Amino acid sequence: MSNLKYALYTGCTAKESTPELLSSTLAVGEKLGIELHILEEASCCGASHLQDFDPFLSDVLNARNICYAEKTGYTMVTLCNTCQINLSLTKEKLDSDDVYKAKVNKKLKETGLEYKGSVAIKHFLYVLVDDYGTENIKAKVEVPLSEYNIAPFYGCHNIRPSHLHAQNNGKENPYRPTSLERLIESLEGVSVEYASKNKCCGFHVDLQAPNTSNTLTGNALVDAIDNNADIVVTPCPLCHLNMDIKQESAGKLLGRDINIPVLHMPQMVALALGCTPKEIGLKYHITKAKQLIS
Amino acid sequence: MSKTKKIQIKAFRFNAETDYLPYYKSYEMEVEKNEVILDLLNRLKYEHDGSFSYRRSCRHGICGSCAIKVNGKPVLACKENAHDLIGLFGDELIFEPQSKQRVIKDMIIDKEDFWEKHAAIKPYVECDIDPHPTKENLISKEEVENILNADYCIQCGNCHYACPALSVNGDFFGPAAFVAAYRFTADTRDNASVERLELTAKLGQGVWDCVKCFECVEACPKEINPLEKITKLHNLQFEKNIAKSNVATKHAEGFVRSIKKHGFLDEADIVKYSEGPIGTLKHMKDALKMLKAGKIHLSDQLPFVDNMPKSKNLDEIQKLIEISQTNKL
Repeated sequence: MSNLKYALYTGCTAKESTPELLSSTLAVGEKLGIELHILEEASCCGASHLQDFDPFLSDVLNARNICYAEKTGYTMVTLCNTCQINLSLTKEKLDSDDVYKAKVNKKLKETGLEYKGSVAIKHFLYVLVDDYGTENIKAKVEVPLSEYNIAPFYGCHNIRPSHLHAQNNGKENPYRPTSLERLIESLEGVSVEYASKNKCCGFHVDLQAPNTSNTLTGNALVDAIDNNADIVVTPCPLCHLNMDIKQESAGKLLGRDINIPVLHMPQMVALALGCTPKEIGLKYHITKAKQLIS
Repeated sequence: MSKTKKIQIKAFRFNAETDYLPYYKSYEMEVEKNEVILDLLNRLKYEHDGSFSYRRSCRHGICGSCAIKVNGKPVLACKENAHDLIGLFGDELIFEPQSKQRVIKDMIIDKEDFWEKHAAIKPYVECDIDPHPTKENLISKEEVENILNADYCIQCGNCHYACPALSVNGDFFGPAAFVAAYRFTADTRDNASVERLELTAKLGQGVWDCVKCFECVEACPKEINPLEKITKLHNLQFEKNIAKSNVATKHAEGFVRSIKKHGFLDEADIVKYSEGPIGTLKHMKDALKMLKAGKIHLSDQLPFVDNMPKSKNLDEIQKLIEISQTNKL
């Protein structure tokens, strides 16, 4: 495996409410020899909400984020589906419209920066599955996950809209994505097939429409449970927040007892590569992964 | 490679007048390379079962009648090549109506909810016109371009019945109605734009209840990108000063406040800021759980506690906000 190097855009969540996502990502990087250079200058991607308020400002800030990745010359890597899509949407807009790019660059110039469009942006899931390769991951497995039925939950913003992800980010068929299943199987886990795996968790309306949000999260979790899953795994920390924290309220709403641990994708990989539950930060979960801790 | 493929078609069958429950029935078919899904629907009826029912009309991707789901993917049957779908899903194609809840017979659904919502947002240009004009009422090329491709909509309903927010909230307008709302609001001849923006700004029914899943973008056979128009409606609410201060608008605007201060989003502060002191109370149970698990960072919520991460070169971010911010709440 040649030396893989990336510019890591952590996003806010991995620095705040899901520190276990950052620590497990760095642990996987270390185990596999993938160099991850954290972009400490980066700011929030706007999470699609700043885009609703002020689209130009969000493009300027995301263009700045990409500038810092361009300075490293490495592919920009994200840990959150929503960061992935917002950075990619800005990139798509700037790369396809020279007039708009010049307008954004005029602002960036005042801070001595220039957006060029020279780097690709991809989620860490596809660094592992496509760049490193599942066969190579399989060769590094120390603790096979064969005891666990693992339900993959993709999160919207890595698979839709498919045209945006068709270049560098997984190229999934949004109606039949496969990367998480391939990853689970390379770790010798049992992948659970269920209809909700490519559905929405509802996170983005959590404040203004909690019933919508909790129903969508609850439906997905119940579907995973009814298909015999022991664990849910997701590449998106926003899905993780909703699915980990809202189990009690979603359960109440749906009249079901919901209690199933949800892992971040890098946590699952780190476990199979021999990291301890402590190293992957299971203590930060609200729904405790008891079967993994014991 | 052979030009035909032998496949199984598993079709959803239900007759609301006679059946207690729906069922699936399988049919075997040799599929030619250039056949579209509508050809298979026709052959299913002509060659296998004359009672099989579906809507069809123009055969040219413009009437929007023949929209169904194949293996969960919303398609316009007359536009979708069958071999492409066999490539995606394998040699069993599952034909289902757009909405199983609204089925009348087999692929035919009752689209009343779709049309009600479409009509409610006034899908027409409202203006006082001279009934006997002496010259054409022209609008400029730029004004037409601003409508984007929102006028390509054929009302097939694919986005509407693919929308998860709508599936759990019957009050929600849904993506097709929002596309129409944008199309006519962006029309410079129209006088009802304020009314439409107010309708689509209302919590529970309007654009703020969109979950941003991009299902509508994927479902549209005319590549309209309804979510782009939904975002435009969000933006117009701020540009035209229609946005009222509420949990959703403050949440969107609150990102600027956080980014200005930290570069990152202050996750605890944005909830407090958006909800206000009373609204924040309903999050206390989750907040305490999160605090206990070490998931919450604080900046100025408590005195002498500030463990919020900060971006390097924060002054650049602040400068860019100062010179680039366009909208206000």
